[in-house]
Amino acid sequence: MSDAKKTNGWTPRQPMVSIKDVHKSFGDLEVLKGVSLDVMKGECICIIGPSGSGKSTLIRCVNALNDIQKGSILVEGQEVNDPDLDKLELRKKVGMVFQQYNLFPHKTAIENIMMAPITVLKQDKDEVAEHAASLIRKVRLGGKENSYPGELSGGQQQRVAIARSLAMNPDVMLFDEVTAALDPETVKEVLVTIQDLAEEGMTCILVTHEMGFANEVANHIYFTDLGVIVEHGPPKTFFKKAKDPRTKEFLSQIL
Amino acid sequence: MARLSIAGAAPASFEGGGSLLELFGDFFKQLYDTTGWNFVIFYDQVEWDRFIAAIWTTIKLIIACLIFSVIVGVVGAWAQGAKSKLLRYGMAGYIQFFRNTPPFVQILFFYFVLGNLTPSYDAGGYQEAYIGSFGWAVISLGFFAGAFNTEIFRSGIEAVPESTQEAASALGYTRLQSYIYVVFPLAFRVCLPALNNNLVNLLKTTTLAYGIAVPEMMYTANQVWSDNVNVPEMMIILFIFYVGLVAILVWGMHRWEKSMKIPGYG
Ligand SMILES: Nc1ncnc2c1ncn2[C@@H]1O[C@H](COP(=O)(O)OP(=O)(O)O)[C@@H](O)[C@H]1O
Ligand SMILES: [Mg+2]
Repeated sequence: MSDAKKTNGWTPRQPMVSIKDVHKSFGDLEVLKGVSLDVMKGECICIIGPSGSGKSTLIRCVNALNDIQKGSILVEGQEVNDPDLDKLELRKKVGMVFQQYNLFPHKTAIENIMMAPITVLKQDKDEVAEHAASLIRKVRLGGKENSYPGELSGGQQQRVAIARSLAMNPDVMLFDEVTAALDPETVKEVLVTIQDLAEEGMTCILVTHEMGFANEVANHIYFTDLGVIVEHGPPKTFFKKAKDPRTKEFLSQIL
Repeated sequence: MARLSIAGAAPASFEGGGSLLELFGDFFKQLYDTTGWNFVIFYDQVEWDRFIAAIWTTIKLIIACLIFSVIVGVVGAWAQGAKSKLLRYGMAGYIQFFRNTPPFVQILFFYFVLGNLTPSYDAGGYQEAYIGSFGWAVISLGFFAGAFNTEIFRSGIEAVPESTQEAASALGYTRLQSYIYVVFPLAFRVCLPALNNNLVNLLKTTTLAYGIAVPEMMYTANQVWSDNVNVPEMMIILFIFYVGLVAILVWGMHRWEKSMKIPGYG
């Protein structure tokens, strides 16, 4: 199904997501001050950094929930910073999971998963139902199909949210501190789900404070502070040989 | 109490279709003869027929007004959040006008002013308006209650978290799709109690249609007591009739509210 997406001459050898010199302000407050990073197909990158450093803002720019003032974001060759942006085309490619799950509370778990493919993609209902059933098993929620979000724990809701996003067959997944609102015991079940995805080759951009998880899953780690990327590298070098004092201080606080 | 005008007319023609009258007609006739309480609609075939016709007209009027006002409210609330400034200011003007002027004046204005400006057709010798008094009553009362419904739905929409709409956007929903499938169903549940109130008010306000001669219950009662000088009796009927209708509406709305309750939410 994902083959049908427009790629503007993009090939998998090029970065799947290419962020270049992105500037973003809310009024007078400049939140992103020239951020650049690339994510290759199948890669999983983690963005870490203190609260308010612009992590959420950055990943929300990737699927155009935020617009940017300057710079370029290419997703499979499609320019996001374009007044004529085809948002639907972009959002078919990019899935997003939020800290607060944001499920549709008036729909059951399975309906939450099935709604967008039927409404947005106009896919056949029976096929969607089949796909949804396999996704709910994949996030280990077999038996909870007909539960409403209000009847599920935070961790279960978050896994429904992941399945809901996957139902659109995205090529990239954005995760914004998806375990930050969870009880410690349920954090793991959500992380395991994400790890499964990453291992299957899903391209992932994660904002997280789970350093152990980042260390294990990420191909590359970016540390942001005050709207810039201070330091980045593969987990091995990043955690052991961080050079910048701000990174060191942050890591010492969190580890 | 004296009985006027149609006193000479056949008091009770019980044949054909008047089976209910047969059942209690004698009782009410006797009640009148012995006590003077004149529930003429319950023993006189002509008045009975008028009464039954009024019931149907009233129910049709109420249903049409309820539906129209809810549609106006839904569309209005959506238009209020639209990008177009013109649309938003237009909505604000509409709401101010209908909220701050008497509905009776509105209904007269619609019928006598707008009614004169709208086209009519030749109905065999005389001009018949495309929109009659019933139609104008529905339009004016629908817009009147719709102005309040717009505000009610808007407050419901504001109660839906921005983040829920964002989730819909992230899944590729357009603004309209997100409104139809996510925002509105949630907003609707939030504002059902307020909507309930406004619809009960609308139900009662439909009596104003008597001002433009829609043969609903108020208008018919007025005619009956003009012909029979039985104002207190017809007042009793009116009160009971509307209490009954309101009770049915409230009961229905409560059942609806219950059926839409989401497990684990709100
Ligand atoms: N919609 C918004 N309007 C105004 N300011 C915002 C908005 N969203 C975020 N900000 C500000 O941008 C800064 C970065 O926020 P955010 O990207 O959420 O940081 P992080 O996710 O790293 O904690 C903060 O100072 C925040 O107050
Ligand atoms: Mg954040």
